[in-house]
Amino acid sequence: MDQKALKKLVESISKTVKSFKKSEIEGLIRLFHSLVKRTDERLNQMGLDRSAFREILHSIFGMTDDMLMDRVFFAFDKDNDSRINVNEWVKGLSVFLRGTFEEKLKFCFEVYYLNGDGYISQDEIFDMLKNSLYQQSSEEETDEGVKELVEITMKKMDYDNDGKISFADFERAVKNDRLLLEVFGPCLPEAQVQLQVPTAQIS
Amino acid sequence: MGVTLTKSAQWTAAGRGPATLEVTPLNEAILQEIIVFVESFLYMYPREAKFVFVEPLGWKTSLEPLAFGSGYVVSEKTVKSEEVDKNGEPLLFLSVPQIKVRSFGQLSCLLYIAKDKKLKEAQACLEANRDPVVKILGSDYSTTKREDSSALRILDKIIKDDDPEHEIKTNIAMLIQQMDMHLLNYSLKHISLEIRLNPSAIKNDVELLQRYSGKGEQTVLESIEYTSDYEFSNGCRAPPWRQIHGEMCYVLVKPHDVEALCITCSTEGVFLNGGKTDDATEINYERKGKIYKDLITILREKSATFSKNMAKQGNTFNEEQQKETFQPDEAPKKEEVTTKADAEKSTLQMNPINFVRNPIGKRLEPSLNWKSTVDLKDHRSSGRDTQEEKHARIEKGRSSVVSGRMQSARKAADKPEEILSESSSESEEDEEPPDHRQEANADLPSEYWQIQKLVKYLKGGNQTATVIALCSMRDFNLAQETCQLAIRDVGGLEVLINLLDTDEVKCKIGSLKILKEISHNPQIRRNIVDLGGLPIMVNILDSPNKNLKCLAAETIANVAKFRRARQAVRQHGGITKLVALLDCGQSPSEPPQPSLYETRDVEVARCGAQALWSCSKSYANKEAIRKAGGIPLLARLLKTSHEDMLIPVVGTLQECASEENYRAAIKAERIIENLVKNLNSANEQLQEHCAMAIYQCAEDEETRDLVRLHGGLKPLASLLGKTDNKERLAAVTGAIWKCSISKENVTKFREYRAIETLVGLLSDQPEEVLVNVVGALGECCQEYENRVLVRKCGGIQPLVSLLVGINQSLLVNVTKAVGACAVEPESMMIIDRLDGVRLLWSLLKNPHPDVKASAAWALCPCIENAKDAGEMVRSFVGGLELVVNLLKSDNKEVLASVCAAITNIAKDQENLAVITDHGVVPLLSKLANTNNDKLRHHLAEAIARCCMWGRNRVAFGEYKAVAPLVRYLKSDDTNVHRATTQALYQLSEDANNCITMHENGAVKLLLDMVGSPDQSLQEAAAGCISNIRRLALATEKARYA
Repeated sequence: MDQKALKKLVESISKTVKSFKKSEIEGLIRLFHSLVKRTDERLNQMGLDRSAFREILHSIFGMTDDMLMDRVFFAFDKDNDSRINVNEWVKGLSVFLRGTFEEKLKFCFEVYYLNGDGYISQDEIFDMLKNSLYQQSSEEETDEGVKELVEITMKKMDYDNDGKISFADFERAVKNDRLLLEVFGPCLPEAQVQLQVPTAQIS
Repeated sequence: MGVTLTKSAQWTAAGRGPATLEVTPLNEAILQEIIVFVESFLYMYPREAKFVFVEPLGWKTSLEPLAFGSGYVVSEKTVKSEEVDKNGEPLLFLSVPQIKVRSFGQLSCLLYIAKDKKLKEAQACLEANRDPVVKILGSDYSTTKREDSSALRILDKIIKDDDPEHEIKTNIAMLIQQMDMHLLNYSLKHISLEIRLNPSAIKNDVELLQRYSGKGEQTVLESIEYTSDYEFSNGCRAPPWRQIHGEMCYVLVKPHDVEALCITCSTEGVFLNGGKTDDATEINYERKGKIYKDLITILREKSATFSKNMAKQGNTFNEEQQKETFQPDEAPKKEEVTTKADAEKSTLQMNPINFVRNPIGKRLEPSLNWKSTVDLKDHRSSGRDTQEEKHARIEKGRSSVVSGRMQSARKAADKPEEILSESSSESEEDEEPPDHRQEANADLPSEYWQIQKLVKYLKGGNQTATVIALCSMRDFNLAQETCQLAIRDVGGLEVLINLLDTDEVKCKIGSLKILKEISHNPQIRRNIVDLGGLPIMVNILDSPNKNLKCLAAETIANVAKFRRARQAVRQHGGITKLVALLDCGQSPSEPPQPSLYETRDVEVARCGAQALWSCSKSYANKEAIRKAGGIPLLARLLKTSHEDMLIPVVGTLQECASEENYRAAIKAERIIENLVKNLNSANEQLQEHCAMAIYQCAEDEETRDLVRLHGGLKPLASLLGKTDNKERLAAVTGAIWKCSISKENVTKFREYRAIETLVGLLSDQPEEVLVNVVGALGECCQEYENRVLVRKCGGIQPLVSLLVGINQSLLVNVTKAVGACAVEPESMMIIDRLDGVRLLWSLLKNPHPDVKASAAWALCPCIENAKDAGEMVRSFVGGLELVVNLLKSDNKEVLASVCAAITNIAKDQENLAVITDHGVVPLLSKLANTNNDKLRHHLAEAIARCCMWGRNRVAFGEYKAVAPLVRYLKSDDTNVHRATTQALYQLSEDANNCITMHENGAVKLLLDMVGSPDQSLQEAAAGCISNIRRLALATEKARYA
């Protein structure tokens, strides 16, 4: 890759992403390129598609839930072009690896609301929790169990009782109990990964 | 209900004949379990609850028809349920007093109605229906006849029958089996705690040893026999009033190589007692040595020949022992069963959803083993013992925590099984509370059902669902007992503990947060330990996640409030790990941005200290903390200024300071300085623990000086004025007491006007405060100014009035203080007027030797300073005889003090005559062979005094007191020299004594004494020599004249 273009890219990204050093950003860009090269040869349309990104989430960050990985993909993909470009990549990873509590809070909320109306609806919660119970004797029973679990969650998190979870609700609940940050499924790297990745991968 | 219970009911009844369940803790616990099971049946399995029993369960009830409410047709003598079976028969029919019930639903309802009579009803029901399973499900399901194959038959049934009724029936059978399993585990836990010696085991041992005893080289013992031939029906030989202490019999053993041993066999083990007393019919029951697990062990320890010959005879002996006693092989078998059962249980927990499919046949095994290995009678009697022991402990818990060495010694003697691992600072925390399941409130609170639902998600959900359930569970008021017990009763504890064993950090955090809260409940603590929660938590202490470490340490801090838990922490290496946590607080490289679920290093150290504090209540743990290098770390943490941190740190130090090793280390680590600094803190609890730590450490002189040098006396004195917080006051007065052993400190205290305040505290204070206040006054009054001060503040009257107390530590201190005051003639007058001398005198009858000695010491200045002392002493009827008889004591301190008292009493000629009549001379002479310098000193003085009457000089010679006295001159103690030369001088007035002295080489020793700088010593020695010399001259003269 062209050294000059790289420098320029690093400069421009470092203006918006403060949590990485320039050298780290450079490393991340190089990493991005190597990852893209493996999957997509055309450099002008550089970007990770969904399946490639999922592969990365799985192999590096230890995520397993397909549905959540898709949601993480959409949260990374700010411009909704179904590809993660280099800007989105660095920005996303800054939250992933160095994000403050607030940034992560926002990120998780984005992962959990899908249809973009700014709320997490009960149906969405149901979808996300659908697979959270081990198979019971019948499907109906499982559904019943999930429904009750959704009710429990709503009772806990829907402070304004409007039947859906707003960002304010989410923020309040998580601030009360940090365990609720990834309440509808793991969407952040695990703690030990978080510590290892910056040292191992970037440098 | 079910196999286990039927078994348990049978065997307890078998001891007595009629088929009744006896009221033992185990039975009660089993009944409680069943009640919980039946009560929740209606809600948990509504379909099965409607199932109509094959035969009704009938029994005599104590319930009144009027107690039944809606859902029943009630008349004066009968009650019918509205619920009926296919044929229209009511499912519950009561015709006073007979009741017939035909479904679980009705049983559930009945128990609700029974309210506080639940237990009685359940018992009556089970007594009347010895095999309830047969009545419920039909004889195919009998559990009493061919138990082993019943599970298989159930499975057969399922395969053969398609009848829908059978599905329900099978479900019920399964449920009962599960219940059975649960009960089995439950009762095993109970029983495994209670393996003890029993009369028959002892009897076997004794018979066996008798067979191998007799004259000759090859036998193991010369003889072994019981002290009493009479055997009570329960197999014990100890008199009934000793049996209540758990003692079963006493054996006299004559080994080949050592003196005869008198051994007590009790349920806790065997130990040496005080031996036969003088009148030969009585035994001195007091324990004189360590407790051993059985006769063989103690004899091995005591007699070398025994263990040698045992080794020779070993093979045959062991074989016989194996054959005859079931005790040794019973224990391991039980162990095996327990572990098997545990293993079963853990598989149940691992896949909670599928547990119905587990092979049921296998689960039945433990019940069969169990039946054949447990000795019923033994268990029953030992159950009673634990109750008594519990009772005794409750009483002990009430007495003071602070009152010092003596009490702890007594405590230790009372609780021999705890000697090795426990310290004096155990408090009522150690009570084993009866495990009562919610029985009082029949209507389960709504939380119960909600919590049950959440636990279901814990069991059957993935990580996400689990975290949600855990977070929701914390919305309940977990400080409330109903919620705590609800979590346990719906099986939540097992799941919470299982979660700790997973790799999911969030689940672990959530689970620990709940465990931390509910472990404030003593019952839950026990359950956590029983479920093996501690080892897992100890492992978590190694986790890289600090938040997890903190939570685990905090939970351990809560759980380790009783002995078994503390022991478990230690045995799983927890102490070392906790000590390692203390090291966290110091690392300078705090990460700039703590990660999401993280917490600070200081917090980790604080939690570690908190846990260590709890653990440090056991002796062995104190040692473990020290060995793990905990003291320097604690010292370092003590330099911080966070109260949250300081309290557990000082708390731990204070607990540990009861050990000599620690006190030395505390001095070496310069901890005192920081303790003193924190006395000035605003936090009462911190002040209390600092004062307590100083109290413990100030046994040592250097430490007392350090407290003064660091300015600790002033804050102590000012805290003395704050009397609202009694715990703190007790600690502060304790610290003042110990500090005032040093004279310089006393001067300081006087400067701070602490003595006046102390006198003010002599009334209206709890005993633990009084003990220390009086102790401090006793030390202060060693000085003239303070004695005057105490008198002027009106301190003497309250002191004298405390002489009538019963607390031993208090009495020891009070007598000392009164004695110190009596040195002042004016104070003595007041004491005399208040009849204090008589009170002191009557304390000579106190059973405790320390009190006796202290009272006798106090009497010395009293007699010395009282006006008409001779008359006063004579006025106590029987008093002189009492004093003389105390010379028969075997406690050196008592003997020395009584000798001192006799020295003073004998100053009055008339009294000397009386005590001579009571035989003081032979008694004193008998004591002469002693190596104890304190006793020698006072004994010699007493002898010198007693020479002044009649032919006592000659009598001492006749009773052979002279030769030992001469040997006293070889001692290093000048006090002994002075007293001895006085005595010898007096004795040398008699010619025969002079001869004895000369024969024993007294002259040379006395000549050395003449060179002493001590004038009175010189004179007495010279006088004695001159007497001897004069005799020699006279003899020569007679010979050559």
